[in-house]
Amino acid sequence: MSSAPLLERRDVVARLLADRGALLVVTGLGAPAWDCTAAGDHPLTFPLWGGMGGAAMVGLGLAIAQPDRRVLVVTGDGEMLMGLGGLATIGVQAPPNLAIVVLDNERYGETGMQATATAHGVDLAAVASACRFRHAAIVRSESELATALVPIRNAPGPLFYQVKVRADKLPLVLPPREGAHLKNRFRAALLGARAF
Amino acid sequence: MHEYADIPDWPAAAHERLRALGVAQVGFVPDAGHRKLIELCQADAGMTAVPLTTEEEGVALAAGAWLGGARAVLLMQSSGVGNCPNMLAMMKACGIPFLALVTMRGEWGEFNPWQLPMGQTTAATLELAGCAVYRAETPAAVAPAVEAAARLAFDAGAMAAVLIAQKLIGTKTFKEEG
Repeated sequence: MSSAPLLERRDVVARLLADRGALLVVTGLGAPAWDCTAAGDHPLTFPLWGGMGGAAMVGLGLAIAQPDRRVLVVTGDGEMLMGLGGLATIGVQAPPNLAIVVLDNERYGETGMQATATAHGVDLAAVASACRFRHAAIVRSESELATALVPIRNAPGPLFYQVKVRADKLPLVLPPREGAHLKNRFRAALLGARAF
Repeated sequence: MHEYADIPDWPAAAHERLRALGVAQVGFVPDAGHRKLIELCQADAGMTAVPLTTEEEGVALAAGAWLGGARAVLLMQSSGVGNCPNMLAMMKACGIPFLALVTMRGEWGEFNPWQLPMGQTTAATLELAGCAVYRAETPAAVAPAVEAAARLAFDAGAMAAVLIAQKLIGTKTFKEEG
């Protein structure tokens, strides 16, 4: 079992996305999407409202399509557990511009805070490492988070950080949920006139 | 061998269409029927071929590609279609183009009873998920179907799949290997 988490998820995400510049962001469904929205809704954030298990792979397709842009996937432990195979797929492709941050509260937060496999000691960072990610680590403390922030933006990927966060139930901060709007605003912001 | 062994090279024709259409990402779960097309895509410097652990990864990959301004295709066997519907809901909800080339099992002379349930419901599954479905029954029909489905996907922003008939590929028997 892991030690008591110290980090607060909205603070973690606010720091991940501070001065985000040209960063492209994909979020898993649920709390990570609310966290990213709380940090500031942005056209270059694509929040999933479904497609559970798909966030990392959406990030891979985006990273391959945009090799000169940094792609950050922010998702939860339950969502990542549903798409573990994608870590093998990403490890083989080895996109240098992709980073994945899993906000790990060890709970299915949207459905009643049931324990996920990480609550029982399943180590997602070890899975990513075994899948040939260039770097994978568990972040438990403020100092470890501070150390991770720079490589998440700049170091050669693929990178994987499993950030242990408190299992807080926070106020909902919802992004727009109309899929065509989310897609179109993202493409327009990224591609300009070529989007349509 | 099967009756179409010497007739038009449908994988080469399909690859040529995909290349001409600007398809840049090719997600695939291997299938014997897709072997040559996969090899052609892997050898194409303009395409990134992405081996997947399960087919729904390829749907999500295609969504990410489209967000980034690139076109993708998913190559899979009919059984893999059963892994995809929840991820296809994302494509439908967002109006993201989706193109799949599906080699069929569980239809023409299938010997494996476990292939039948998914093979017999492949088209219906795709249609329920929102895909237009075109069937290619002969080698010559594959490339035009790919072209038509791709136009539906990338020009009309729709979801489309081409089912490549088991009769066309050759029915697997496990008796003629080697």
